Amino acid sequence: MAKRLISLTVNGKAVQREVADRTLLIHFLREDLRLTGAHIGCDTTHCGACTVDMNGKSVKSCTMFAVQAEGAQIRTIEGMAQADGTLHPLQESFRQEHGLQCGFCTPGMIMRGYRLLQENPDPTDEQIRMGLSGNLCRCTGYQNIVKAVRHAAEKMQIKEAAE
Amino acid sequence: MIPGDFSYHRPDSKAQALDMLRRAGPDGRILAGGHSLIPMMKLRMAAPAQLIDISRIGELKGVAIGGREVEIGAATTQHELIENEQLAAACPIIRETALQIADPQIRYLGTIGGNVGNGDPGNDMPGLMQCLDADYLLESAKGQRSVKARAYYQGAYVTAIADGEMITKIRFALPPKGQGYAYKKLKRKIGDYATAAAAVTLEMAGGVVRRASIALTNVGDTPLYAADAVDRITSTALLPPDIDAAVAAAEAITRPASDGRGSAEYRRRMAGVMVRRALIEAAGRATETADGKDAPKDGKTGGIFGWLKG
Repeated sequence: MAKRLISLTVNGKAVQREVADRTLLIHFLREDLRLTGAHIGCDTTHCGACTVDMNGKSVKSCTMFAVQAEGAQIRTIEGMAQADGTLHPLQESFRQEHGLQCGFCTPGMIMRGYRLLQENPDPTDEQIRMGLSGNLCRCTGYQNIVKAVRHAAEKMQIKEAAE
Repeated sequence: MIPGDFSYHRPDSKAQALDMLRRAGPDGRILAGGHSLIPMMKLRMAAPAQLIDISRIGELKGVAIGGREVEIGAATTQHELIENEQLAAACPIIRETALQIADPQIRYLGTIGGNVGNGDPGNDMPGLMQCLDADYLLESAKGQRSVKARAYYQGAYVTAIADGEMITKIRFALPPKGQGYAYKKLKRKIGDYATAAAAVTLEMAGGVVRRASIALTNVGDTPLYAADAVDRITSTALLPPDIDAAVAAAEAITRPASDGRGSAEYRRRMAGVMVRRALIEAAGRATETADGKDAPKDGKTGGIFGWLKG
C-alpha cells in the first residue's frame, strides 16, 4: 500500500505522520490525531458534518485525501475555544440561541459559520442560509442555527470594535 | 467508504503532470478538486492506480480576459470564478451558473476543468460551455488539440478525451456588450443536480433577436445544444409564439431518464419551462447592441448576486 510522510499544522500545532495515500482527511483527523469533533455523517459530500477549515476555506474532510493536505493549515472545532476554555463567540452563540439539539452537525456548522463570518462579517439572514447550505441539520429546522450565526456576527463585531 | 489503493503524485508543473499522465497510461487520472472523482472512487465507479494532483499547479489556474476571448485555466475553482469581478463583468453567466453548483464547501475545491471534463450529465458547466460555444484545450505529452464543447460529450461519462490527455484551458469568445443571459436550474434542493436546466444568451438589435444560443443540462446523456430552438427565435421580436416555438423545439431534443427527480415526461416539460424562463430573463437583461448602448438596466444585478457580498 502506497504510504508517505505528511507535514501540516492542525489547530496551531505542527503535525507529522505517515499516512496511506488513500486515507481520507476525516479519518486522519479522527483516528490518527484523535480529533473526533469533525463527524462522519453521510460520507458522500452532502451533509457537511465533517467540515473543517483548511487554508482559509471550509472543506468537507470526507472528500479529500490526507495527502492533499500536505503543508496545510487546518482548524477543527477542537481549535476554536481558547486554551483556558473560553468558548469562541460562535460556540457561545450556538449555546445561547439553542442552535443545536442532538449536536451531531454542530462542529461542521460552527466551522462553516466561522469561515462565512471571516468572509462576510455582517451577513443577512439569507446570506447565512446560503453560506450554510452545504451543512444539513436534521433536528432544528435551521431557525436557531441562523440566529446563532447572526448573534455571533454581532458579538464578534462588538469585540473587534472594542479592540 | 474508503477508496481502493492507488499511488498519489503531486507534480510541480504542467509538463511534469503530462509526463506522469503519459507514463500512467489508462491507469492514470487527474485529481484537481476531487469532488467528482473521490466520490466515484469511494463507490468503485472509478479505480485509478495513479492519481496525479494538479491542484497546486499555478499555470493551470486563473482567468485571462482578452479583447476577444476569455481563457480559464482548468484548475480554477468554482469559488475563484465566483469571486472574480472582472469575469463577472465580462461574462456574468459564469458566476450565475457557478453559484447554482453544489454548495460553498464544494465550490471552494471543485474546478471548472473537472466539471466540464468528466462527462457527468448532471454537471452544469458543460451545458453553459455549449451555450457559449467554448473550446477545450486538450494537452498531452505529445501535443495539444482543441475540441469544441459542442463535440466533446459522447455519452454519460464518455467524452472525446484520450488516455494521456487532460483539459488545460477553457476558451470562449468574449460576449458582446449588452448581451442578455440567464442560467435557469430547477433542483429539488441546494446541492442537487438539475431536474432540468437551461443556459441562454441573447443579443438584441432593433427589437429583434440578432443572435442567440440555448443549451440544456441533465435532460439527456450529454448536455444538449438546442440548435432548432435557436433558429425559432433568431430574427424574431421574441413574441410569445416565438418563445412557444423555441420551448417546443428544445423539449423535442431532450431524452431525460425517469428518476428521483421526476418522470421523463415531467423533466422534459421542466426543460421547456427553464428555457422559457431563461429566454424571458435574458431578454430583460439584454440591451440594444447595434447602436453601442450597453448600460445595464437598473435592478438587473440583484437576485442571486445579492447575497454574495454583504
